[in-house]
Amino acid sequence: MTQTPHISVQHLNVHIGNQHILNDININIPDKKVTSIIGPSGCGKTTLLKSFNRLLDNTDGVKITGKVLVDGEDIYAPDAEVTHIRKKMGLLSQRPYPLPMSIYDNVAYGPRIHGIRKKQVLDELVEEQLKATGLWNEVKDRLNAPATRLSIGQQQRLCLARGLAVGPEIILGDESTSALDPVSTSIIEDLFISLKEKYSIVLVTHILRQARRVSDYIVFVYMGRIIEFGPTEEVLLSPKEELTKEYVKGFIS
Amino acid sequence: MKRRKLEELFFRSLMVIATVVVGGSFFLIVGTVFIKGAPYMTWDMLTKTPGGGFYIGKEGGILNAIIGSLYVAGGATVLGLIISIPVAIFINMYMDGKKFLSNTLRAAFDVLFGIPSIVYGAFGFLIMVYFGIRASLLGGIIAVTLLVIPILVRTLDEVIRTVPLELRDAALSLGATRWEMAKVVLRQIRPGILTAILLSFGRAIGDVASVLFTAGFSDNIPTSLHEPAATLPLAIFFQLSSPVEEVQGRGYASALILTIIVLGITILAEILIKKFSKHNI
Repeated sequence: MTQTPHISVQHLNVHIGNQHILNDININIPDKKVTSIIGPSGCGKTTLLKSFNRLLDNTDGVKITGKVLVDGEDIYAPDAEVTHIRKKMGLLSQRPYPLPMSIYDNVAYGPRIHGIRKKQVLDELVEEQLKATGLWNEVKDRLNAPATRLSIGQQQRLCLARGLAVGPEIILGDESTSALDPVSTSIIEDLFISLKEKYSIVLVTHILRQARRVSDYIVFVYMGRIIEFGPTEEVLLSPKEELTKEYVKGFIS
Repeated sequence: MKRRKLEELFFRSLMVIATVVVGGSFFLIVGTVFIKGAPYMTWDMLTKTPGGGFYIGKEGGILNAIIGSLYVAGGATVLGLIISIPVAIFINMYMDGKKFLSNTLRAAFDVLFGIPSIVYGAFGFLIMVYFGIRASLLGGIIAVTLLVIPILVRTLDEVIRTVPLELRDAALSLGATRWEMAKVVLRQIRPGILTAILLSFGRAIGDVASVLFTAGFSDNIPTSLHEPAATLPLAIFFQLSSPVEEVQGRGYASALILTIIVLGITILAEILIKKFSKHNI
């Protein structure tokens, strides 16, 4: 890991109510790689992911201390502009949540709120992103159909296209394949692998097989702490920490 | 084994009886209104205002009350929506981390929801006296708006809360501002907004007490907000209290008209809800 990190987390602590969800997190997420956050349910992996684009802000009773630097800029600084930060990251949630509009408008939504109005520019963007996510041939004849008519796997790819359309640098995936069938899952996994040429990707997953197949680096989180961080093969095949060993073998879940 | 079967039979019978009672009373009510009102349903009832001898059984109709009711209920629903939508958005999307405050507000609207409409009528009347407005269409609209706001806010609040938080996160992570996110949520709940409008309009058009002092009554169709306006429930009340059989019958015909309006709106709303929900999850 010699290259400069894309996201650098320093002494991050997150409390929600009187629960200490994340405890002194320090990590550097590498640029243009796939990094998977693994760990048992409730360990704080989703919270960690959401701290990267400040989606935690809207949680009741949340207290966040420490720094998260994206491209060297502290996103929790008092003068940081939150819409600008979020635009840098595309989020792919557990289940697809298409916006209540047509396929076309879903992809065009982001560019439109950021001020792109020209039909021709939007058309090109929509086509480009739908091609990038392999949807174009499936939907090009019904761009004005409601997004909810698509299958759930197609919807998830549409959500990815929607995220990419605002020109992010980072893709955050929160167990993005957990609602999908095996075929759609492997399509999404392949997309992640091909997209890392242009984007830094951070995934939360509880499927070790997926983590192994897709990611370059793995972060193991347990009880709100980072236990181990390193290249995929190293963490999964020869973990240094006892806890990681137990998790990888399936003793703790 | 026998006891369990008996229990099954007993409760199943209870459910069937309850369903029959509810369904039956619907047909009984609509049926009574129809049977008693239909013979007096004339084209004149719908198209004419009361003539000189209307209340002793001579010519004329209740167009004044039909139009008056539509004005009052329509005006109140529109005014109510203009106030309620921002309130519902604010409570749900701008009060993060202030759960106590937003829940207090919700409780307050629940209390307002339960206040009898005569109280809104009296309160509306006080406002009118204060501003020197006489019984008029405007006064009626104000009182009925007060009546429907809690209905609108609570209904909108409920439907907004059915929108998954992830949809909001989806909009936010694209860099949307809170208001842009709110617009996505509003789009998502369009069928819910229609339901709220329907509930509000239905309540508004049928309520007597709130318009009793505030809208007044007139045999003419109001041509400005400052003129008194007749409403269907009041017209029904006046006609039914008449000793003249002809006029009583017209009272049922008026009730039939009111029922048909409400029924029509319900059906329209159903159709619109189906049309608008095609984008929803």
